[in-house]
Amino acid sequence: MLQEVVSAQLPVGEKLAIQKNRIAGANPEARRIAVVTGTHGDELEGQYVAWKLARLLEKKRDRLHGTVDIYPALNPLGISTIYRGLPGFDLDMNRIFPGSSTETMYEYIAQGIVQDIAGADLCIDIHASNIFLREIPQIRINEKNAQELLPLAHFLNMDFVWVHGAATVLESTLAYSLNDIGTPTLVVEMGVGMRITESYGNQLIYGIFAAMNHLGMLDEPYIPVAPPIVSTDGHVGFVNAAESGIFLPRVSHVERVEKGQTIGIISNPFTGEISEKLLSPISGMVFTLREYPLVNEGSLIARVLGGAAS
Amino acid sequence: MKKELLYTISAMPYRQPIPVYGWRFGGPQRMLAVMGAIRGDEYQQMYIAARLIHRLEKLEASGALSEEAGILVVPCAAQSSMNVSRRFWPLDNTDINRMFPGYEDGETTQRLAHRVFHALQGYHWGIHLTSLYLPGDFVPHIRVMKTGWQKEDEGLDFGLPYLIIRSPRPYDTVTLNYNWQVWETHAFSLYTKENSDIDPFSAEMAVDSILRFLACHELLQAELPPGQDTISFEESRMATFYSTQAGILFPQKYPGDKVAAGEVVARILDPCTTEVREEIRSSVSGEVFFLRSARLLPEHTIVCRIIPG
Repeated sequence: MLQEVVSAQLPVGEKLAIQKNRIAGANPEARRIAVVTGTHGDELEGQYVAWKLARLLEKKRDRLHGTVDIYPALNPLGISTIYRGLPGFDLDMNRIFPGSSTETMYEYIAQGIVQDIAGADLCIDIHASNIFLREIPQIRINEKNAQELLPLAHFLNMDFVWVHGAATVLESTLAYSLNDIGTPTLVVEMGVGMRITESYGNQLIYGIFAAMNHLGMLDEPYIPVAPPIVSTDGHVGFVNAAESGIFLPRVSHVERVEKGQTIGIISNPFTGEISEKLLSPISGMVFTLREYPLVNEGSLIARVLGGAAS
Repeated sequence: MKKELLYTISAMPYRQPIPVYGWRFGGPQRMLAVMGAIRGDEYQQMYIAARLIHRLEKLEASGALSEEAGILVVPCAAQSSMNVSRRFWPLDNTDINRMFPGYEDGETTQRLAHRVFHALQGYHWGIHLTSLYLPGDFVPHIRVMKTGWQKEDEGLDFGLPYLIIRSPRPYDTVTLNYNWQVWETHAFSLYTKENSDIDPFSAEMAVDSILRFLACHELLQAELPPGQDTISFEESRMATFYSTQAGILFPQKYPGDKVAAGEVVARILDPCTTEVREEIRSSVSGEVFFLRSARLLPEHTIVCRIIPG
């Protein structure tokens, strides 16, 4: 059942409305999970998950306990205009949470979203990197919430869990805001912007069912998922371009590389020269790889997981 | 005066290297750094810095600067965006003023923030000529972020109408102002009326205020227009008025105007019939401090801020 979460009138004869699809089973008040996506208008991986999850849950409704809320588009104007941010507003939507009723329309919308999700037993916030980088299916957890969230993250069937530092600026994200008020929220990053990787989506949906099973929301036999690699088990190495130009990869995404191995080259179409060879700083697995060929000095090229934690 | 190449931006393919210059006045002491445009639409901020350079050149030549004065003015570090009509970094739309203190080995805008910060670091005072994320016009003022390290009383030395004290939000921690303070520079943000246009009157007011600040700290001897008795005010205590209807915004009052309680500050009109959908009335008597400059406005959005009194 489609429900309006929060809305605001736009200047000329249109309403901005955040909607959700509420799928309720037996004892709808007993448990609730929220699956949210579309915060960044150029990230579409979550669209497939929302669609497929809704279809599969309809078929499983007789085995469903509690409520699943699916929010496919937290930023409808961004998605519809192929714009990562909030059209007409300078700030990234994932930097204005928990929102406010005393600032701007988008902050009012953000506040409405947080209030609607608050109290869920689990929120899964699906992102798709951006148009520049391809990511393996992974969960990102702020170290501040690691102890509480890591056990839940293991159910989601993702390949990798990255526990990252608690930067102050990240306090403005949806996940931080929800975790801060006691609603456990896991951030999923997978695939690449403006594209859909169905296999990753299917992998996550399998994990969502496993998590629901764990929460007692699915009356089905539990099928175990493979445990993810956790970043605290190793060390993440970064590769950034020192030169600008056109990036050509020399490894594949998810490939294992050795320290010093060429990840890719920066080519110079003017001269036919190689401006830079980009080498892996450590041995390990390429879990992030640049997708968009044009690079600036400093552009992120790859992240490699490997070695012992330093 | 000495024009100095601070660094060169060669970050983008098919664009020529972009030099970023600073203008130095006085001695080598790091007393005051003034940063102009960091974003590509900060024309007013670049213009103010340019006017400051013009005025300081003449003052220095006349011997008006004291021996202790060591001043750096950087009018623009945003050429890469400004020359292609973009506010933020052209490739990924990231904001350099959300990347401070920067990171030498990080992503592009982190590296650029590092270079800007490296050039501006170590000064006793820092002034950032900056713009707000909401398009709107202000009464010219000095803004100080309440970090615990702020020297807000020094903000009175500019002689501008207001000194606004702001409690930082999470995204403020990655701005130039905040990080200047962390690295022990007494930091101020200076806001004037315009942003992506040039308002010569408030620009000259801003330049006078910076020269007045220098004079107040005995780094300059010059005849300057007298400053105002600055009113210090917490941002959170301003009266804020919002739209409860969407439409075309027609202001009835402007920054600097006095309003009485009950007076109409702005109207919101139906964009297809011009019927008045909403009259936004002030509930307090005071002075209009901030007014949105957007013509089309959604509901639930700030229209203006008024300083009561």
